[in-house]
Amino acid sequence: MSRKVLIVLLVLVIAALAVAACGGKQTPAPTEEAAATQPPAATEQTAAQPTEKPAEQPAAQEGEGTLATVKARGKIICGVNQAVPGFGFLQPDGSFAGFDIDFCKALSAAVFGSPDKVEYRPLNAKQRFTALQSGEIDVLIRNTTWTLTRDTELGANFAPTTFYDGQGIMVRKDSGIKTLEDLQGASICVSSGTTTELNLADQMAARGIEYTPVVFETADETTGAYLDGRCDAYTTDKSGLVARQSMFPNPEEHMILDETLSKEPLGPVVRHGDDQWFDIVKWMVFATFQAEESGVTSQNVDEMKNSDVPTIRKLLGVEGDMGQKLGLDNAWAYNIIKQVGNYAEIYDRNLGPDTVFNLPRGMNSSWKDGGLLYSPPFR
Amino acid sequence: MTTLKKSDHAAVPFWRDERYLKIIIQVVVVVLVVLAAIYLVRNLLTGLEDLGIPLSFKFLGIESQFDIGESLIEYSRTSTYARALLVGILNTIKVSFLGIVFATIFGIIVGIARLSKNWLINKLAAIYVEALRNIPLLVFLIFLSTSVFHKLPRVNEALSAWGWAYLTNRGIYVVWPQPSAGWDVYKWFLLGSFIIGLIVAIIKYREGVRTGRMPLYWLWGMVVFVVLAVVSWFIALFIAGQPMYLDFPSLQGRNFKGGKSLTPEFMAIFTGLVVYTSAFIAEIVRAGIQAVSKGQREAATALGLSGFQTMRLVIFPQALRVIIPPMTSQYLNLTKNSSLAIAVGYPDLFAVGSTIINQAGRAVEVILIMMGVYLTFSLLTSLFMNWYNKHTRLVER
Repeated sequence: MSRKVLIVLLVLVIAALAVAACGGKQTPAPTEEAAATQPPAATEQTAAQPTEKPAEQPAAQEGEGTLATVKARGKIICGVNQAVPGFGFLQPDGSFAGFDIDFCKALSAAVFGSPDKVEYRPLNAKQRFTALQSGEIDVLIRNTTWTLTRDTELGANFAPTTFYDGQGIMVRKDSGIKTLEDLQGASICVSSGTTTELNLADQMAARGIEYTPVVFETADETTGAYLDGRCDAYTTDKSGLVARQSMFPNPEEHMILDETLSKEPLGPVVRHGDDQWFDIVKWMVFATFQAEESGVTSQNVDEMKNSDVPTIRKLLGVEGDMGQKLGLDNAWAYNIIKQVGNYAEIYDRNLGPDTVFNLPRGMNSSWKDGGLLYSPPFR
Repeated sequence: MTTLKKSDHAAVPFWRDERYLKIIIQVVVVVLVVLAAIYLVRNLLTGLEDLGIPLSFKFLGIESQFDIGESLIEYSRTSTYARALLVGILNTIKVSFLGIVFATIFGIIVGIARLSKNWLINKLAAIYVEALRNIPLLVFLIFLSTSVFHKLPRVNEALSAWGWAYLTNRGIYVVWPQPSAGWDVYKWFLLGSFIIGLIVAIIKYREGVRTGRMPLYWLWGMVVFVVLAVVSWFIALFIAGQPMYLDFPSLQGRNFKGGKSLTPEFMAIFTGLVVYTSAFIAEIVRAGIQAVSKGQREAATALGLSGFQTMRLVIFPQALRVIIPPMTSQYLNLTKNSSLAIAVGYPDLFAVGSTIINQAGRAVEVILIMMGVYLTFSLLTSLFMNWYNKHTRLVER
């Protein structure tokens, strides 16, 4: 009995050695490794299987790309925020809602023709890039600022900015703080691993203001400490400040300083090394811009299919093969607009005048209205 | 017959020979483990290579660009990532070292209290141990941070102890001596006084050993040191001016300045670690004391030793032998548990390291460094404790 087991073990080792020997000579080519172990007798093949399996998985991922992986899985894994109302927020009923969430839905509509094929993965500021790098998520849409360092060293590719933001500072109205200079000697609450943490250090050093940073892991802890009076001020993106303020017990006791500390262009992020997937995410965003610019909304998208305007016809997949060039169905943009809406609809639904935030569009208007949203041509 | 047997034996192939098989199995296991490790490491390296971020420690020399709330050394946003990590390491050492010292003291007190014949003391100690030992540390830490230290009075309503100390939710501020003009001279006097005090104590101790009547040698040394320190204070005052002054904390602008301050983040992790670990230590101490045989106590009582003397001179030294090994693992636990500081916002090694992971994108490298540092801490602690254990164990002749 035990001897048989031993012999099986022995066979296993020989097979494993074969795998290692091939791997040593021919560097990262897992498919070749697998091939090399196949010729030996049938008994060895079964024994070698456990060692082969892990080698095959990365090959499948590298060879076929994110789009194929996503399609095979049947859903997109979208890294999101769960603590910023209006952008990414876990609602009491367990569903996610917000501006960033709608872009996850738009991506799902583009790939699957349905906005619901998304698995939301809530991440805090510190977890997000590791989750993206390691392939735990397919796309990160979590109010993430585009910077040079992140674009290069973090191995991230930034899709077009969906929200132009700036860092602001919130203080108590009764504190008497009116400008940044009034914060001399103050304690300031900030979430770790954010660009705001760095901007704060930069700006305060430049102005010669001494302060004590009080750094917490999550936005909830940070605002909790601010509300308890641990800090004189709380800093994050202005949109985030407005959103958090709406959740405070007494929002009217707080105010946001006029000064803007930095530029914070927020948008979706994918990882380096998959251009096709990067293109899909980019053009998903552009489609929402273009739809607003051309006046296509979820209401009139079916009528617009009969439009004579070439741009609209190409956008909606009536003429040209725009979708196929991305590896998608030609109705990809039609699906986005029909099921999620154009940029204006997404914005108004989450942040517009009918919401508690009532954020003015400002820079986040189409270029035709003096804003910064500009889509390259669909042709 | 015999020849047949021999040839039979020779015919047994090596894979059926138990002597060889034993070795072969071991070789097999080692090879499998090594192969698994090689596969995992190669997988990691090629994976990072594919992302365009190969393993490299060069980032340690780059400016960190972020600020850290509390630091034992000079640190600013222009310092390097390496220095930021050092700040974190020192903060971890600070909370672990102080935590170990205080947890030991509290643990011994509570452990002895649990054996008390006084019903109230006994039950209080039992409740302390049973309640705190059975609450997860993370839950307890977050409770301390959000419900205790952040709920202390706000800065402008600070609780004051006659101006000597203030209690606020920005921290605890106490009056603290600061060196001034005469310090440069006085510090040498102080060192001299200490050395003389030490010498006196040693002389008295030797005298005690020689005569067999041990004087209070440590009291002798202390009195000499204090007298000399006070006298030399006035000499220094005369030569170079006042050596030290008392720095009173006061509300300047938005925060207290001056004196010594302890942030609520530090207080939360420190109190949490001390209270939690001391509950375990109390049980270890109780077990150690109960392990000393009853006859020892009776013998000590028969010799006419008081209760305290019995504990100090007879019971505790013997209990120590049972106490030290499990105590070592509590010290290791405390040091490792200090990485939960991230939950309350105290910038320890893990908190600073995680910030660097995010700002520099060097997850693997930073995690490797952190594991290395914690491993070093733990190994040094056990090395010291093992040495101490050897020192105190029963000497058998």
